[in-house]
Amino acid sequence: MYVHDEFDRTLLQERVNEFRDQVKRRLSGELTEDEFKSLRLMNGVYLQLHAYMLRVAIPYGTLSSEQMRMLAHVARKYDRGYGHFTTRQNIQFNWIKLSDLPDAMADLASVGVHGIQTSGNCIRNVTTDQWAGAAPGEIDDPRIWAEVLRQYSTMHPEFSFLPRKFKIAVTASDHDRAAIKIHDIGLRLHRNGAGEMGFEVLVGGGLGRTPFIAKTIKPFVTRRDVLTYIEAILRVYNQYGRRDNIYKARIKILVHELGIERFAREVEDEWQQIKDGQLALDEAVIDEIRSRFTYPAYEKLTDNPPELKQGLEEPAFKAWYRNSVRPHRVPGYGIVTLSLKPIGGPPGDATAEQMDAIADLADRYAFGEIRVGHEQNLCFPTVTKRDLPELWRALDGLGVATPNVNLVSDIIACPGLDYCSLANARAIPVAQEITRRFANHETANLIGKLHINISGCINACGHHHVGHIGILGVEKNDEEFYQVTIGGRADEGAVVGTLIGPAVPYDKVADVIEDIVETYLDLRLRPDELFIDTVKRLGVEPFKERAYATG
Amino acid sequence: MTSPLQQKLKITGPSIVTANRTSDGVVIYRTPSKDWSTELSEAAVVRTADDAKALWAEAIADDLGAVGSYIAPVQIGSDGAIGPGNFRETIRLRGTTFALPASA
Repeated sequence: MYVHDEFDRTLLQERVNEFRDQVKRRLSGELTEDEFKSLRLMNGVYLQLHAYMLRVAIPYGTLSSEQMRMLAHVARKYDRGYGHFTTRQNIQFNWIKLSDLPDAMADLASVGVHGIQTSGNCIRNVTTDQWAGAAPGEIDDPRIWAEVLRQYSTMHPEFSFLPRKFKIAVTASDHDRAAIKIHDIGLRLHRNGAGEMGFEVLVGGGLGRTPFIAKTIKPFVTRRDVLTYIEAILRVYNQYGRRDNIYKARIKILVHELGIERFAREVEDEWQQIKDGQLALDEAVIDEIRSRFTYPAYEKLTDNPPELKQGLEEPAFKAWYRNSVRPHRVPGYGIVTLSLKPIGGPPGDATAEQMDAIADLADRYAFGEIRVGHEQNLCFPTVTKRDLPELWRALDGLGVATPNVNLVSDIIACPGLDYCSLANARAIPVAQEITRRFANHETANLIGKLHINISGCINACGHHHVGHIGILGVEKNDEEFYQVTIGGRADEGAVVGTLIGPAVPYDKVADVIEDIVETYLDLRLRPDELFIDTVKRLGVEPFKERAYATG
Repeated sequence: MTSPLQQKLKITGPSIVTANRTSDGVVIYRTPSKDWSTELSEAAVVRTADDAKALWAEAIADDLGAVGSYIAPVQIGSDGAIGPGNFRETIRLRGTTFALPASA
């Protein structure tokens, strides 16, 4: 956990006081909506179909049990008793009243949580690997660097009005769980030939109507130089990024239009002027930030305790253990994913009761720490293996132990037309129907790793471009249709999927997904050839033929 | 920037003006008595572009009461009942198309 200091607490309190005054002036008519809109957006307050929506940042996906309880409290007191975890390590409350927002924000600020920079053309919540600090093979805790960036970017005066929103993600593992290649800037911690730790910097990734996979702009930037280099990128973007056309304003378009080589030269020129300035990171500054992160007091434990051996005799526990528990960097501990994807349920939603209970379980079994992943699931990063059977029973009772992590029913979906004012089509009911088709966990395990991503419009909040199967809702003559892509992926091998054919109507989507999965099962070389690898080997044609065979 | 009211407006059938209430975001409809109602059945129905513009102008002028107003199509039943004219408005009227995770 990161322990906020007095500066953070004061800053949040001041922002709450400001916002309270702004809301008061809006409700009295002193501020018009035109004047107020940018103020509310700076605090993560959107207007959606049915109500205002508050988006709350969960920096680098890390929550304390105290913070989780406060999210539950806000859901219960000011909303309708639940929240929606998003693909960018945020949580959204969908039914909140403007008149209640200052009190809700004050409550959130009391535990260091807020909606600042979860909207607007600024640097958004910096995201990272939900297994940070716990993953084996990680070369550093990427949250340290996400925190450096959070401090740097919070209310940064030069970058509060960028041409468009700006998203940064950080990973420190070989396997990228933070989807850095679909971010405006992706940072990959690694070691150079001399063994020195630094960053590969990628730039220009993003989805939306023009998807691009990020390109490496600099293979190695030292830790000292990482902030100055990022500042140089932001300055070049701020100067040359288009402001005349919202659809061409993201940095990915600038990188594409200039070409990565020219863009890199512009950044290099800027960087040479600032690299030895105030933002050159002193090791003492990094150490100070590092020292504010707390870690569990690990015990020396056996990796195969008798409690676990006994638990594994129960088939339901064994299925969950195999699916939802992964090795920890410390022997005797495991990383536990809590599935927020119950069969037939809305992906990523958690009720206030679930949040409270999860907070209690985190205190009891997981050192009081909870993580949020971009896949819209939660995670306990550190649990002793001896506690796993007991923890599983509690999680199962809460409905967050569905053994479907990374399987076909672990669907990523945006809120879609049921909530969102931008959407053209629904996403959640499509996900619900697909999960019902694949409710049998044995079948899902037989299929193996398969990511389905659904977006209700081209803005791609469900990351459909990079789903192994991607589903995009479109509207034709007031009817919902869905384009289906296959072959996308969001990890270190990120690639945009390929459209398989014409859009299909709402009531045919689940049929098409079943056809695609059946085709894969028929054509895979062996049971351990993943769906994504079969698509890579065969292309889209066999899948297209089957999906459209019956019209 | 050109005001939406100065732009050419085309409506193809009966229409209403809808918005969200400023204080709580609830979906509301402009009524014939120059007020707002949460009931679609109480909405003022217009059939020409000029009437739609006039109704919308009223709505925009009430910046304190409503936010994000726009003209939306409706269907008029044989009994005169007003129904939403497209799927988006149906969802705004009736709520999400699935049960919410918790009821409060």
